Amino acid sequence: MHMNKILLIIQREYITRVLKKSFWISSLLAPVLITAIYAIPIWLAMKDKEVKRVEILDSSGLWKKSDLVDKELEFVFTSGKEQELKMAFASKGFDAFVSIPEDVLANPKGVHIYSAKNIGMSLKQSVEKLIQNKVRQELLLKAGISSQIYESTQVDIDSKTITVSTDGKETSSSSGGAMILAGIMGFVLYITLLLYGSQVMNGVIEEKSSRIIEVIISSVKPYQLLLGKIIGVGLVGLTQFLLWIVLTIGLTQITGKFYGEKVKNNLAQIQKIDSEKQSDVISKVDEESPMSEVSKVLESTNIPMIIAAFLFYFFVGYMLYSSLFAAIGSAVESATEAQQFTFIVMVPIILSFLMAQYTIQDPDSNIAFWASMIPFTSPINMMVRLPYGVPGWELILSMTLLVLGFLGCSWVSARIYRVGILMYGKKVTWKELGKWLFYRG
Amino acid sequence: MILSIRQVVKKYSDHLALDHIDLEIPRAKIFGLLGPNGAGKTSLIRIINQITAPDSGQIIFDGEPLSPKHVDHIGYLPEERGLYKKMKVGEQLLYLAQLKGMSKSEAISKLKDWFIRLDIKDWWNKPVDDLSKGMQQKTQFIATVVHEPKLLILDEPFSGFDPINANMLKDEILAIKERGTTILFSTHRMETVEELCDEIALINHSRVVLAGEKTEVQNRYKQNIFKIRYLGDLPADLKGMEVLSVNGQSATLKMDVSIRSNKAISEIISHVDLLEFQEIIPSFNDIFIQVVKETNAYE
Repeated sequence: MHMNKILLIIQREYITRVLKKSFWISSLLAPVLITAIYAIPIWLAMKDKEVKRVEILDSSGLWKKSDLVDKELEFVFTSGKEQELKMAFASKGFDAFVSIPEDVLANPKGVHIYSAKNIGMSLKQSVEKLIQNKVRQELLLKAGISSQIYESTQVDIDSKTITVSTDGKETSSSSGGAMILAGIMGFVLYITLLLYGSQVMNGVIEEKSSRIIEVIISSVKPYQLLLGKIIGVGLVGLTQFLLWIVLTIGLTQITGKFYGEKVKNNLAQIQKIDSEKQSDVISKVDEESPMSEVSKVLESTNIPMIIAAFLFYFFVGYMLYSSLFAAIGSAVESATEAQQFTFIVMVPIILSFLMAQYTIQDPDSNIAFWASMIPFTSPINMMVRLPYGVPGWELILSMTLLVLGFLGCSWVSARIYRVGILMYGKKVTWKELGKWLFYRG
Repeated sequence: MILSIRQVVKKYSDHLALDHIDLEIPRAKIFGLLGPNGAGKTSLIRIINQITAPDSGQIIFDGEPLSPKHVDHIGYLPEERGLYKKMKVGEQLLYLAQLKGMSKSEAISKLKDWFIRLDIKDWWNKPVDDLSKGMQQKTQFIATVVHEPKLLILDEPFSGFDPINANMLKDEILAIKERGTTILFSTHRMETVEELCDEIALINHSRVVLAGEKTEVQNRYKQNIFKIRYLGDLPADLKGMEVLSVNGQSATLKMDVSIRSNKAISEIISHVDLLEFQEIIPSFNDIFIQVVKETNAYE
């Protein structure tokens, strides 16, 4: 029968929150934002780039048409006087005019780029790169190094990182991807611990300030009400995660499909301009997208374990913090009055997020180890470490400590709560809260 | 007895709230728990509701030591009361009724009866925020009684009620008593005590200073004062009584303890033509003030 009452409380807390507009707004908005963060850069990259036309005056005569190939630039050689050309290129329909001096090999700084508007960084860099390559090649040739040798020195280092498990199984991993995954999980935990913790606190304040509390606790024990509220709000959090995950996957799939077509079209275009580099470009596009980095991590890590650990750290971490938030809510009569106490609960959450910045850089350092063990900081920091791989005993120890931490905090909170909810018109101090711990009955 | 309170003591860190309280509350009666603010009434009520526990002493509810299973048989309307503002009236009452152990279907059917009875049928889907204060009080009252408790505890139930709703509440309380429910009534409004209560107990400074059946308590405090109306001249010296005041053709007399009213009447009619003879029963207001003053003087 007592279980029934707790279930009733859970149900009410859950349903009243899930039916709120704000719940659905945040449930829908976050996946849209995430998708946008991932899709907009691709969209910008995929946007049909205008081919800029550049007029070039090569007084040195070193450049051939084949030296000036770029998928975004079209070069047209010209002749004449720089003084006149620089006034006229815009009216001829060119975006820029490049003048290369006769003595470019001796005076590489003598190259000028003229444009009607401020030219973009990418145009400047592309032009500079093309000119620089040729100049370098010529200088090496003069020094007796053939262009073949030069070509062979142009190696690109792009290492593959591979995780080797104890049974010798190799999977390609990506530390960049692990970082992204760790960052996302740490950030989501940080936001949700604060968000749902304060929701519990506001719920307690609402019951106390509306004075319904005395009616409720004449039907159920205060700890039942507290437990029901915390679990109910926690389930709202889990529901939101579920919606976020499902919607984000759905949206990225849809945008992925949409862009898939675009990528193909784009590649076909590139192919026309530059058939040699085609395969390179394709692999670049494939490898550089953040999602492929993440999916590499997803391949090399134990996904069910990560998800289970995430849910565990969210739920137990949330229970720990929200019980403290509830204790604060019970001691005050309004949200503004609560502010003087909430910092003590928010400080460890913010601190764990700051520590996570170090943990993500160096997940095996001492700081990272301790941050992922101490119950207050462990939820965020352990989730940040997990994608990089954490020994089993550390995970178990951290989880055990978190559960013990939760039990301790909930004991303290329940004792403050049962006194606080019936205390009105009293300015509460820290000393007072301490006394409540030892009140009988 | 529905409720026996025996030697209950409750201490808070800075004061003694209840000092060996003994009370017997009989079944199907309205029991008035009186006392000035801070006397310990709310502490006692919270103990009966098992919101707090006594430091020592015993409480017997319906023949058994009070235990958590009894909360479903008690209805409680606190003095400071409220509702979830964002919830709808019907949903809220359904929730509160289920918290008192009712099944959903049972709660719905009982609630519907109450909605018809109090003429609020169209409120079910109204958010509490939209209700006037009087409407909220009706809602709170339904929440207190819908599970048909054996003991109904009302803490200052009339505070804030307009006269129409107060009358409605009075009628409902009497009807509930008729159905066999005991009502424990905490108040310092003496007119309602006189009107409704069968028994009273007065608490002052954490102790029961007066308890008993209403008329018996009044008899205990009557001072043999009578009011008469007459025709003729009333002499100043009447045998066995003292004239306290004369006002035209009426007077207030205080009788010696030994004289009986028949003798007094025959003494009076030998002088004047008696039209009316009435004993002055002390009001609870007077008793309350007198007892509180007396007990304060002992402190």
